Amino acid sequence: MKKKQLEENVFKIIMIGAALIILIVLLYIIGTVLFKGLPSLTWDMITKLPGGGFYLGKEGGVLNAIVGSVYIILGSLVLSTFISIPLVMYINFYLPPNSKFSKVIRFSLDILFGIPSIVYGAFGFALMVYLGIRASLLGGIITVGMLIMPIMMRSFDEVARLLSRDLPDAILSLGATKYEMTKVLLRQLMPGLMTAVLLAVGRGIGDAATVLFTAGYTDNIPASLDQPAATLPLAIFFQLGSPVPEVQNRAYASAVILTVIILILSFSARYFSSKFSKNKI
Amino acid sequence: MLGISIFIILFLILMCLSLFFKALPIMKEKNLWVLLTSSDWKPFKGDFGFLPFILSTFYVSLIAIIIALPLSLLTSIYLNSYASGKARRLFEPVVDLLSGIPPVIYGVWGTLAIVPLIADKIAPKFVDFSSGYTVLAGGLVLAIMIIPLLISIMVEVFRSIPREMTDASLSMGATKWQTVKKVILRKSFPGIIAATVLALSRAFGETMAVLMVCGNMTQIPHSIFDACYPLPALIANNYGEMLSMPGYESALMFSAFLLFIIVILFNGLSRFTLNQIEKRYQFA
Amino acid sequence: MITVTQRMEPMTLRPVIEIDRTTPLRKVKRDHTLRVENLDVYIEKQHILKDINLTIPEKSITCIIGPSGCGKSTFLKTLNRMHDETPEVKISGKVFVDEENIYDRNINVIDTRKKMGLLAQRPCPLPMSIFDNVAYGPRIHGIRKRKAINQTVIKYLQFVGLWDEVRGRIRSSANRLSIGQQQRLCLARGLAIEPEYILGDEATSALDPLSTKTIEELFIKLKEQYTVILVTHTLRQAKRIADHIAFIYLGQIIEAGPAEEFFSNPKKQLTREYLSGSFS
Repeated sequence: MKKKQLEENVFKIIMIGAALIILIVLLYIIGTVLFKGLPSLTWDMITKLPGGGFYLGKEGGVLNAIVGSVYIILGSLVLSTFISIPLVMYINFYLPPNSKFSKVIRFSLDILFGIPSIVYGAFGFALMVYLGIRASLLGGIITVGMLIMPIMMRSFDEVARLLSRDLPDAILSLGATKYEMTKVLLRQLMPGLMTAVLLAVGRGIGDAATVLFTAGYTDNIPASLDQPAATLPLAIFFQLGSPVPEVQNRAYASAVILTVIILILSFSARYFSSKFSKNKI
Repeated sequence: MLGISIFIILFLILMCLSLFFKALPIMKEKNLWVLLTSSDWKPFKGDFGFLPFILSTFYVSLIAIIIALPLSLLTSIYLNSYASGKARRLFEPVVDLLSGIPPVIYGVWGTLAIVPLIADKIAPKFVDFSSGYTVLAGGLVLAIMIIPLLISIMVEVFRSIPREMTDASLSMGATKWQTVKKVILRKSFPGIIAATVLALSRAFGETMAVLMVCGNMTQIPHSIFDACYPLPALIANNYGEMLSMPGYESALMFSAFLLFIIVILFNGLSRFTLNQIEKRYQFA
Repeated sequence: MITVTQRMEPMTLRPVIEIDRTTPLRKVKRDHTLRVENLDVYIEKQHILKDINLTIPEKSITCIIGPSGCGKSTFLKTLNRMHDETPEVKISGKVFVDEENIYDRNINVIDTRKKMGLLAQRPCPLPMSIFDNVAYGPRIHGIRKRKAINQTVIKYLQFVGLWDEVRGRIRSSANRLSIGQQQRLCLARGLAIEPEYILGDEATSALDPLSTKTIEELFIKLKEQYTVILVTHTLRQAKRIADHIAFIYLGQIIEAGPAEEFFSNPKKQLTREYLSGSFS
């Protein structure tokens, strides 16, 4: 009897220890980034382009990366949403439930979801070479778009699946066409869609391997689709190793900016998903 | 809409095929066995032995799993069977955040915190010198990155165990821990394996974070305090020189293709197992 | 007297112990009583059980009847402290098992649960072999010797009538049994911890009529040695096997007493209405 109790208590302590270790590591990571980057986060940092070359120039900030990342993620979001929404609505509401085809699609999505971003980068690069596109904003948009598509689809699909079967049936029995039904259901699923978007953005904006080959890097803000674009993750990666401390500070500042963006996205996604479950009956 | 669905499947096939075709030249030129097992890496001469990279990927992932699995398993058991509602609610955002942090940030943290830790505090106890940019560093950083994945899957698997089963054990006078050991863990064993395989596959493919802390030296690491060079890092570091040497592009595409195949196999297997478990949950 | 013969199983050459049961199943040491005093149960602020006072007579079958959702299962779970696992449940009052209040701080919940064998509504075999299922209870309570475990497993499988049906595949997974067999397995499992009381929570509602009959016959056999408390979902079952009845409606005990009296001469108007089928 005592041995049982002892074993349980020992393991209880070990388990709580494990959980605490994980919590502490999270705080450690965020803390390190903030500690290193906050001091460098000035107004100049977020509003100026790097002066004198991003690797050695002491002046300026990371506006190039901020705008570049925003452009790329917006472009890839548009691309991805146009494909994701119809696909998810199709497999959930047009196909009969539990159809073989939808299972195949979902399985393919799962596989696409698991493909590492470097492979997307390599494939994107191969595609670009084939299409004759240089490393540019467009290249980045296409590749990041490919990366975030499965993420968005999967997340949105999970939400769409939860929707009770009664609702589409009720709408259809009112004499609506499938297309009209889809529009109504979309409105219902909007919070779920928001969550999916936020999740996809979170992943896409922070990923370096996809844009490494495909978006290029530059000190400037791209003025058209075929100009190279800087991104926050690459801003960190390229500038971290510079011998010039001011450049390093730019890297840390970019890290803080990126981390803050992720934190905001993460909490917003939680907010939206809880809102969704509140509305569900 | 049907078109889009077919497009997805076609896309997957397209990706596979294009990587394959890009990799084909080198596979034609050299024997596949030689490619995979030789350690001669001299792109200028046209020698492409991938063994150091394959082994590096494997070692780093192995270290990561060894560290991450016990931590995740213990935490998941705690969250499922022992934690109060408050503790559980606290932990959800922790797991979310850890999985949302971009790899490059993990790389920064790894460079600032883990590498010096290894170089100054840990390695001196075992070896004469280590730069800190090591297999261990890669493994540690990777471990933290796969922990959220492991926890979220394991918690789901535990939740799929019917309440009656754990109640049956408890009503016989078993303690919670006995119930965990003999009922919960037994029943969720396939799910835990599936989660591990999925996490391993994630570890294989992770590029940025590992690249920043692993040392990027083409060698077969002989200890965890040696530098290494996993496959994804190889691709990432050399894309620039890809087009300058004959066969180099094909070699790198071969790495990408190799990674693709391995990840698909692992993922496919694991997802299949998890789907089976989910089916059981729905009927329970 | 127990006659034990040992022979070698021809196919596996493992020793098999045969027990000739000419003795009652358990040696009864002292009287066992169960008494509930002023029991109130709140689930998430809702008052589910209201001031329950009940004495359960020993070595008999007491059936708790009443319309669904009135707190019968909740009541049963208070007897083996299963509500400990659910934080939203608040319990006040006393439950005296063998003259000790099980909700007293000094009482270890595991000791209490060891005294109660629970048979749930849906058979739930543990993820292990038939043998290990029955052996689970003794093993977690510290019995290690193989001989003792073997004896216990065989004894209780024989009692529930499963032994002949499964002896050839006792090491195979318990999931392969039919649902009636599984429920009998769960009963054997519960008996293996050598409880004093048997609790049944609508234990036959998921079974076919033949299996139901088998389980009911087992309960009747059991009442010779154990105090059996059953939550029953059908009046017919109660009429068949109950010695005593407690009628719960909306969380309160309306009427309780010997079965014959209860059915032939109900004292309360509500009881009469329920018995006549006005509501269910």
